[in-house]
Amino acid sequence: MSSRKLLRDMIRNPKATFRERPELILIPLVFFSVVSVWEFLVRHYHIPLYFLPAPSLILEALYRGFAVPFTNIGGYWMHILYTMYECLGGFFFGSIIGILLGTVIARFELVEKTLMPYIVGFQTLPKVAIAPLFIIWFGLGLTSKLVLSAMLTFFPLLVNSIVGFKSTEADKIDLMRSLAANEWQIFYLVKLPNALPFIFAGLEMGAVYSLIGAIVGEFIGGEVGLGVMIMQMNLVMDIAGVFATLIILSVIGICLHIAIQAIEKRVVFWAPKHIETIGV
Amino acid sequence: MGDVEKFQNIIEIKGLQKIYTTKRMEKILALKDIHLEIRDGEFVTVVGPSGCGKSTLLKIIAGLIPKSGGTILLNGIPVKGPRKDIGVVFQDPVLLPWRTVLENTLLPVTVQGLDKKKYTERAHRLLEMAGLSEFGNKYPFELSGGMQQRNAIIRALVHDPAILLMDEPFGALDAMTRENMNLEILRIWNESAKTIFFITHSITEAVFLADRVIVLSSRPGEIIETLPVPIQRPRDLGVMSTPAFGEIVKRIRSRFKTIGDIE
Repeated sequence: MSSRKLLRDMIRNPKATFRERPELILIPLVFFSVVSVWEFLVRHYHIPLYFLPAPSLILEALYRGFAVPFTNIGGYWMHILYTMYECLGGFFFGSIIGILLGTVIARFELVEKTLMPYIVGFQTLPKVAIAPLFIIWFGLGLTSKLVLSAMLTFFPLLVNSIVGFKSTEADKIDLMRSLAANEWQIFYLVKLPNALPFIFAGLEMGAVYSLIGAIVGEFIGGEVGLGVMIMQMNLVMDIAGVFATLIILSVIGICLHIAIQAIEKRVVFWAPKHIETIGV
Repeated sequence: MGDVEKFQNIIEIKGLQKIYTTKRMEKILALKDIHLEIRDGEFVTVVGPSGCGKSTLLKIIAGLIPKSGGTILLNGIPVKGPRKDIGVVFQDPVLLPWRTVLENTLLPVTVQGLDKKKYTERAHRLLEMAGLSEFGNKYPFELSGGMQQRNAIIRALVHDPAILLMDEPFGALDAMTRENMNLEILRIWNESAKTIFFITHSITEAVFLADRVIVLSSRPGEIIETLPVPIQRPRDLGVMSTPAFGEIVKRIRSRFKTIGDIE
């Protein structure tokens, strides 16, 4: 059901809509209960501000951070911009390289056999552990974060595109061969579209990882970005600010997710929705 | 058969052999000494127990897998690999889910770089013939199994190949749909004047459709009988209950008594 249709139903016939889908009431109910209890407990037991701030204070910190001029480094705007840049840039390059290498590996068996041990080896390594090295190699600026973010995005795309290309049914290849199709035609008419649902599953994962890459990079060392902000706020015990930053991060994450799903829905509308995400 | 007749053979197979080598390096004789001549415009069905190598035979004719010995001529030209003058229909429709029914129909045109405009007209005529004219812009997942298989058949016809190779094309359909598809394929054959080489494991289907039924034995696949079907055309489902039809079916069935029952 589309969200627009849902909204229309809710206005026209709220009773029936909510009876059919009680979660529409339960989801906000849970939110408000948790927030109210949280607010109450913090105030009633005088929990210190540097330990757990009340939701109202988090909201206030959020407001303060946005109510400044765009270029003010004390507000959120510049930090959001930098982190988004690192994350989207890393996502873009990591995806492209992952898909390209995946294509080559799926096409040439010898390349696969040669590279697979290395890929598996890298896969098992917790990749954020390389982050400090990247700071040394690529400096404290944007580059180190871009590279880390790209590397984290790279792996799910590599693995998913290999699986996607290789999952082409023998029947479809036979059909193309029976039509005297050449290798290139088999690739772009059958193998590539066939791999797309897998690639999109990889992109969904990659989006999450690219944000992790940007933040971890900023944790290790940097001057601007939401990760830097969290570290600094933590240092001065501005816990309300930390919470506010976390909210911004999850909003960014959700937006990326929704954007990819919207594109996916248009591009691979024909695919059954059961492809599992593979690889980390 | 005179020389003139022989010249009209669109498919000529002589001494065809296929030997598979298993992973344990054992050699398995899949097809043994196949001799077959098919006239232009003939409807030939091949019937045999499963695993008799009938699909292998079709794939060798289509140039999808190599033969181990013998010769195959299509239209007088030796088969060396896939070629453009045949159309193949598989057991499953094998439609590309991201292409519409019309785009699927036009796949051979795209692959073979034919004149899109000219063949789109032809595709529309074929869609109409297959009762799919209202579904040209739909996607395969919106069609029933029978409709999907009809789409696959007209895809095999769109580039106007002389020969149609069909590998148990109705095997996955329910009995009612299957009978309808049998009538349908006879009508298409009648209208398009193609040579059809049709593989099935259903004896009644083989007899109902064919000018000639080739009976294959199992392991190694060998032609054990070639039966002409002198039943008048056009045929309807009624011919299945005639004594002449029953005789032929009985005769084929008796050939399988020794090698285990089929169907």
